[in-house]
Amino acid sequence: MIQLIDLRKSFEQQQVLRGVNLTIPKGQVTAIIGRSGGGKSVLLKHLIGLMRPDSGQVMVDGTDLARLRGKALDLVREKFGVLFQGCALFDSLTVFDNVAFPLREKTRLSEGEIAKRTMQRLEAVGLADMPHKYPAELSGGMKKRAALARALVHDPQIILFDEPTTGLDPILLHSVHRLILDAHKRFGFTAVVVSHDIPEIFDIAQTVAMLHNGVIVEHDSPEVIITSANPVIRQFITGASNGQNGRE
Amino acid sequence: MGNPLEAVGRTALKQVQMMGHMAIFLGSTGLWTVLPPLKFRRIVSQIHFIGVKSSSIILLTAAFSGMVLGLQGYYTLRKFGSEALLGPAVGLSLIRELGPVMAALMVAARAGSASAAEIGIMRITEQIDALEAMAVNPVKYLVVPKVVAGVVAVPLLTAIFDVVGIFGGYLVGVKMLGVGAGTYFSEMRNMVEMSDIQGGFLKSLSFGLIVTWVCTYKGFYAGYGAEGVGKATTEAVVLSSVLVLVWNYFMTAVLF
Repeated sequence: MIQLIDLRKSFEQQQVLRGVNLTIPKGQVTAIIGRSGGGKSVLLKHLIGLMRPDSGQVMVDGTDLARLRGKALDLVREKFGVLFQGCALFDSLTVFDNVAFPLREKTRLSEGEIAKRTMQRLEAVGLADMPHKYPAELSGGMKKRAALARALVHDPQIILFDEPTTGLDPILLHSVHRLILDAHKRFGFTAVVVSHDIPEIFDIAQTVAMLHNGVIVEHDSPEVIITSANPVIRQFITGASNGQNGRE
Repeated sequence: MGNPLEAVGRTALKQVQMMGHMAIFLGSTGLWTVLPPLKFRRIVSQIHFIGVKSSSIILLTAAFSGMVLGLQGYYTLRKFGSEALLGPAVGLSLIRELGPVMAALMVAARAGSASAAEIGIMRITEQIDALEAMAVNPVKYLVVPKVVAGVVAVPLLTAIFDVVGIFGGYLVGVKMLGVGAGTYFSEMRNMVEMSDIQGGFLKSLSFGLIVTWVCTYKGFYAGYGAEGVGKATTEAVVLSSVLVLVWNYFMTAVLF
């Protein structure tokens, strides 16, 4: 279980997180929704220690990640897989080498075992026929699949998805969501999905948290969020240009 | 408009802060170099990139540097009737100064800029974040192999530069301008001492460190977007070249 307690973060004069409190249940898909530039990715980076909060706690299975350094932090990070917004595939490595990377760097598995597990994950995401391609040779959807295979390869307990469908067409968007759901059913990890895909995100999330003005304004099941009377959530779901979310 | 004194102070503070940041980065690189496991394959691959792939530009610049030294040296020495000293003049200039400095500048221009751009692009495309998220230390994985490779490759490239430059001087001085071949080499053997070669070697070691340290630092902390990477690459080449020249003066003052 992940618990965020009064998490605060500022960049110079700008307060991005103003006291985030959120509990992410184990084994479920939790979506964090909110406007672009509202601090969702910043929040996600705190979950894996890529950013340190000004104050507050990031509790992962009872350990405060914000206080860890060096090897202790690495040990907690090994529980995580991350699918970055831009995929963050290593562009000088092939798809196969990208997916095999965490196993080569962090395990003592033989090259044969690494190849077997890598191909299994590539098959799971439908990329078994292109392990020797480079990221630059892949389409946007294929890159997301390759990045998902890399995030899955070391059987993490928690996977963070940072806007996994940004820049994809509606067909690919559904395909990536289906892939996340299938992988979740198959591997049973805890998933945190940062997204502003409304209403598609409600199909894959079991809990949804709305981040607005640096705080979580509501955290509940998708059914409750969809019918929420909170004007901030209503405006976000309906996409109205006037309201408490601000104007475009 | 702010107080000009404030602006000067702010700039000075920023520079001091950057120097401190660079020193911490170097310290961290040193620490990760001695901590196991050694990324041997990546180091060899970087030696190939910095050393082998820079050899053609080193051969070309060394040949022409030696030739121009032969040409200028001959006409200058002839004024004093000392053409016989052309060999030592070319040899000492190359071994003590030109070899280490030119090799380092060529590495900064070719491999240093490429390293800064490569790491900078990895920074802006979240590849460095991905390394950290996978519990792989990015300094250990990206920076250490380049710095170790620089310290190994630059002295080797300097040795090649020295030898090719000496033969460039020989080509012009002996084959074109008529200095005796025996005189060229025997005077060089008489006047070039082991301490000169050691000094040049020490210089090239430190230049290898400076170039790779500055270039990887600039790439590692590149700003946003293509503009940030472009700026980091330019700053990497300019700062490493300037530092090589400044450090060269102090090393010459101490060593010779």
